[in-house]
Amino acid sequence: MKISNFDPVSVRIFNTRIRNATLLVLALFIVLVIRLWFLQVVSGPVYRAKSEHNRLRLHDIPPVRGMILDRNGNLLVGNRPSFDLFVIPEDVRDRSKLLQDLQRLVCLDPQSAAQRLSASATVPFRPVCLLKDMSRDMLAIVEMYKFNLPGVVIKVEPGRHYVYGDLAFHLLGYLGEISEEQLDSGQYPDSKPGDMIGKSGVEASWQTSLSGLRGGEQIEVDAEGRKIRTISIRLPGSGSNVCLTIDKDLQLTAQNALAGKKGAIVALDPTSGQVLALASSPTVDPNLFVGGTNKTIWKEIAQSNDFPLQNRALTGQYPPASVFKIIVALAGLEEGRIDSREAIFCPGYYFLGGHRFGCWRKQGHGRVDLHRALVQSCDVYFYQMGKRLGVDRIARYARMLGFGKETGLDIGHEKDGLVPTRSWKLKKYGVPWQEGETISTSIGQSFMLVTPIQMATMISSVFNGGIIYRPQATKWVGKSEANKDHEFAPEVIRKVDITQAHLEIVKKALIGVVNEGGGTGSKSRFVNFTVAGKTGTAQVVGLKKDESGSNKYIPVHYKDHAWFVAVAPVEDPKIAVAIVVEHGGHGGSTAAPIAKELFQAYLMRE
Amino acid sequence: MLDRRLIENWDWILLLLLLLLAAISIVNLYSATYQIRNMGGSQIFVKQIYWYLLGFSVFLIMTTFNYYKLLQFAYPVYFASVALLILVLLIGKTTSGSQRWLDFGPISIQPSEFVKISIVLVLAKFFGEGDRYHEYGWLDLLAPLFLIGLPAFLILKQPDLGTTLHLTAAALSILIFVRLNWKSVAILAVPVICMSPLVWFVLKDYQKARILIFLNPDMDPLGAGYHINQSKIAIGSGQFWGKGFLHGTQTRLQFLPEQHTDFAFSVLAEEWGFLGSIILLVLYLFLVLWGLNIAKAAKNRFGSLLAVGIVSIAFWQIVTNVAMVTGLLPVVGIPLVLFSYGGSSIVAIMASMGLLMNISMRRFMFSDGAGLPEK
Repeated sequence: MKISNFDPVSVRIFNTRIRNATLLVLALFIVLVIRLWFLQVVSGPVYRAKSEHNRLRLHDIPPVRGMILDRNGNLLVGNRPSFDLFVIPEDVRDRSKLLQDLQRLVCLDPQSAAQRLSASATVPFRPVCLLKDMSRDMLAIVEMYKFNLPGVVIKVEPGRHYVYGDLAFHLLGYLGEISEEQLDSGQYPDSKPGDMIGKSGVEASWQTSLSGLRGGEQIEVDAEGRKIRTISIRLPGSGSNVCLTIDKDLQLTAQNALAGKKGAIVALDPTSGQVLALASSPTVDPNLFVGGTNKTIWKEIAQSNDFPLQNRALTGQYPPASVFKIIVALAGLEEGRIDSREAIFCPGYYFLGGHRFGCWRKQGHGRVDLHRALVQSCDVYFYQMGKRLGVDRIARYARMLGFGKETGLDIGHEKDGLVPTRSWKLKKYGVPWQEGETISTSIGQSFMLVTPIQMATMISSVFNGGIIYRPQATKWVGKSEANKDHEFAPEVIRKVDITQAHLEIVKKALIGVVNEGGGTGSKSRFVNFTVAGKTGTAQVVGLKKDESGSNKYIPVHYKDHAWFVAVAPVEDPKIAVAIVVEHGGHGGSTAAPIAKELFQAYLMRE
Repeated sequence: MLDRRLIENWDWILLLLLLLLAAISIVNLYSATYQIRNMGGSQIFVKQIYWYLLGFSVFLIMTTFNYYKLLQFAYPVYFASVALLILVLLIGKTTSGSQRWLDFGPISIQPSEFVKISIVLVLAKFFGEGDRYHEYGWLDLLAPLFLIGLPAFLILKQPDLGTTLHLTAAALSILIFVRLNWKSVAILAVPVICMSPLVWFVLKDYQKARILIFLNPDMDPLGAGYHINQSKIAIGSGQFWGKGFLHGTQTRLQFLPEQHTDFAFSVLAEEWGFLGSIILLVLYLFLVLWGLNIAKAAKNRFGSLLAVGIVSIAFWQIVTNVAMVTGLLPVVGIPLVLFSYGGSSIVAIMASMGLLMNISMRRFMFSDGAGLPEK
């Protein structure tokens, strides 16, 4: 019937092809029919028997999660046996009765349990975990009534154990059940619903290494679902251990020092950037989450006004206050705007454009040069130097020393902080920069914001010859120290562009802060070795108050944040700390004594 | 629009085959998802009914115009569908590690299903319009091979190996029906065949595992081998008469993976036995042979090649799926056409069946002015 578009030759060829195609189609269908005949009729009885005895089940064997150690090999996070209650939906006779019984016996919430059972309805022979980490009493009760609870299975699985409770919670992180989005994301290819994965901190950052490889066994079960024999088994590959750079004892000291307060402490090895301690307060005991997250506890923690889940060391953004004078001093020297011999008279205030900027010491400091201005933290001196420099030059040095950008710590998420410039303000507020703002910027107020870990990095670089290291919290990852997969060498981000002589001038002044009469950081002084540091008192409310402590009687949430950054020993720097205590008042009286405790713990042990 | 002659030439056999297959599919899905439904799962078979209603509507729409008109839309349709594939790679929804879906609020579509038709359309145009005395040499084939290769590559990137292979096989089948210069085809084919072992190195680990499992099913009875073993037990245990509707134990106990999609045939084979499986296969055989018959009766080369392409899409999907669930081929994740659950698949295939009906209805009609240019 090809009328117009086929010539006779084509028609003949086409028809031949159709015939051949028909033969091919028939041949392939016959192959399928033969295959089905073979499976269903010839081997049918064999497969029928197999299906009737199909009591083969796959059981997961979860791998043992790797341990987390401190720098000296002390165990921080390990595993201990956890008795978990599972239900095999298929073997349950009366589901609502079972859930009622479980509610009566072990206070299981029947609603959420029913939800969990329905969620895994597609695979009724796969055990569903309803209760993790049962107490001994619960275990005894369930074992006693187990005969009346068909479908209930108790499994002993490794459960996470945070040896020191809330120690370094923000760094270590915690485990939680994998969410549906995480399962779908394809980032956890080895995971199944119900698995516990790292939700924050080291547990999340090193999830893949810690988790290991899932194993499994194929077992045969009887009519009741009891195991008869193992048919084949694939052993799980246990997870790698992660050794951190933190020092357990120093961490403990830091947390105790912050107990009952809000704030953060970061201690770094100034010669490598290794994190020796990283504390944020208030803290949380991650053992609370091991048995699955209890909703009431979780709500209480997540909704607390103290934000215990926030890692203040990395994401707490505070004005650097007087600590920032270090940067203004370095910038001034390097830019030739400050002569260290030049002295300025501080009457206790400074006038600019009809506005009065007070010095924290109302009666004034008299004649001060750079050294005295840093030692006694004279505001008026730095108002003038800041004005000479201008905000953009100050900003350049602030960035050079690591402010305004996350430091790049390998664990957790950081905030950038904020280093204001003229163009930033114009862009953000549509208003030009005011000179008065330069004045307050030069004592670390106005818009300037920094995180504690940035402060620790900054003070480290002043004392290690101007090197900015990337802070690292991981020492090695692997089976053991001798058999490790990764080891982490110090990583230099940059060398700051500041003359050594200028660094020396500032270092000398910072030694003076702690060791000279009238120095603001004298409460961190030691006899055996030299400490250097700088105090800061960050304003929470608009008014600059008397730093000598007259703000004792104002409400706590209006009190200033106390800063102290310090390094010891100056001759051979081993530890650099940045301490912030929210609403702690004066840096010299609140934060400096904490530094002393930390140095004591780290440098004077044994 | 439809005149009386067209209604007289309405292809009742094709329609009957499609209705039978739709009915069997829905009944089978009712059983396959019985367990999930009992435990409060979703009403998959009801959704399939809706998809089929939509599918038959599209089917009817596809018969209302003369398929000639498609000649001018072939390239726009083709490039639009390729654009959708690129969109999938950019903003597609990721499920279990592969990106195959475009999300439109409550529904998501799988563009690769529609790409299959557009490739067939564009190839039918390419060869249908060509000089009919011409023997195609290897240089002539570069353009059509590019037309096939572009979407195939994009689908491989998703990654979806099964659909890539299926699409390539279906498209290449069209070439068999044009006048090829066999020597020059051999020049093209020999190096490709020689290179094909290299594909091994491109495959993902799970894909390699499936092939190794196929070669040695007992290698990993816990992992990749588990599904195919359970599928064979399901099919084999159906024996001659089957275990009866809703009485398949493998199905009930959910031993089968993906039993509403890729392994839907295993459910049928378990419950309806050899007899039921053969009836379904015979229906498919009729559909394919009837389609070839339509191709043969079509009044021009474009229609013939379009029909052949549509048939080969369905045919390769039937053969690979049944071979896969019976353990004759590695598990590559191809659903059974018109039978497995899947909205995009049903709508796309019903659209192509509508075109087949269109060609069949107009088999007696003369070229009505919009015809192919005479060369």
